[in-house]
Amino acid sequence: MEKSRREFLKIAGFSLLGIGVQPIIKAFGQSEDSKFSKRPEALVGKRWAMVIDPKKCKDDCRDCIDACHRIHNVPDFGNPKDEVKWIWNEPFEKAFPGQEHEYIEEYIEEELKGKPFIVLCNHCENPACVRVCPTKATWKREDGIVMMDYHRCIGCRFCMAACPFGARSLNWRDPRPFIKEINPKYPTRMRGVVEKCNFCAERLAQGLQPACVEACKEKALVFGDLEDPHSEVREILRSNHTIRRKPQLGTNPQVYYIV
Amino acid sequence: MYDGGKIITGLIIFFLLFTFPIWYNKVTGKASAVPKPEIITKEKRCVEPTEYMKESHMKLLDTWRNKVVRENMRLYKGADGKTYPISLTNTCLDCHSNKEKFCDQCHNYVGVTPPCWSCHVIPKESS
Repeated sequence: MEKSRREFLKIAGFSLLGIGVQPIIKAFGQSEDSKFSKRPEALVGKRWAMVIDPKKCKDDCRDCIDACHRIHNVPDFGNPKDEVKWIWNEPFEKAFPGQEHEYIEEYIEEELKGKPFIVLCNHCENPACVRVCPTKATWKREDGIVMMDYHRCIGCRFCMAACPFGARSLNWRDPRPFIKEINPKYPTRMRGVVEKCNFCAERLAQGLQPACVEACKEKALVFGDLEDPHSEVREILRSNHTIRRKPQLGTNPQVYYIV
Repeated sequence: MYDGGKIITGLIIFFLLFTFPIWYNKVTGKASAVPKPEIITKEKRCVEPTEYMKESHMKLLDTWRNKVVRENMRLYKGADGKTYPISLTNTCLDCHSNKEKFCDQCHNYVGVTPPCWSCHVIPKESS
């Protein structure tokens, strides 16, 4: 079959047109996407952050820890080697290494002496865990929350090595038998999956404050949008001296402590 | 042909063994027992038409999962125009409250074990 140069160019031209049509068809064909929507009552923010006032913490109070672990089906293996934790207590020198010195007991404010510091995932602006994750199972959301996709986690524990705050735990064993009462509103995890605090992303989506903030009777934890200059967290930062855990590492943690 | 008898007998035995799955099912009629999942639901219709759900529920669930976890899109507009919260445990299984007689029927038949239930909670079975 002979083809003239003219005919060949015609066919080539039409083929090119065809390529141009594809995005248009795609745009019309995106009915799948329009079926999904965010909950209208969801809290929206640009940079979620938390301010903690350890002075308000009562000795031996575990309200925030218990509420979080109950809601998120965090297992209690009963031994520190296998421990899984989202939010927990640390003494000052463990939470802020490098800031302690031999006279600190003498000069630290009376109200802060021997106080436990509530620590959790810092939802860093520049999260080291996200950089090392080989499967993108953990990533930073647009509102600043460092999220986990348990479906994708392969349990390599790179993130645990990268996190300077020890905020991540691996399920060395099947966690199901070690959960006292399973909350059906939230899934559990399986063996070989890393987990951590998610700033209650599932509760924010329903317009609720994080579980730990809600559970604290002393209002020692305040949650809010740091990019909103009129937010409560910004107001607290404005009127108090706050410190963060290991800011020198450059991860820019977003949990602030009033001292 | 040397040892023709032995070879042919051997071939027949081989052929019978090789085609075992085919004639065994024909003889016993076991595998042809098609699973009958019981549909006991609160609602009359699913989020999408039954035919689509039969064929592609796994694709729908996969999209649901990615939309919720990765894009924070937690509501789904069904074919009937109603909006449903996206949740395997609290939407799908709330209505299909009989996983053993519904999901497992076909999954066992075709030999698939979806890993959903190692994390997602199965609500208490109700009749």
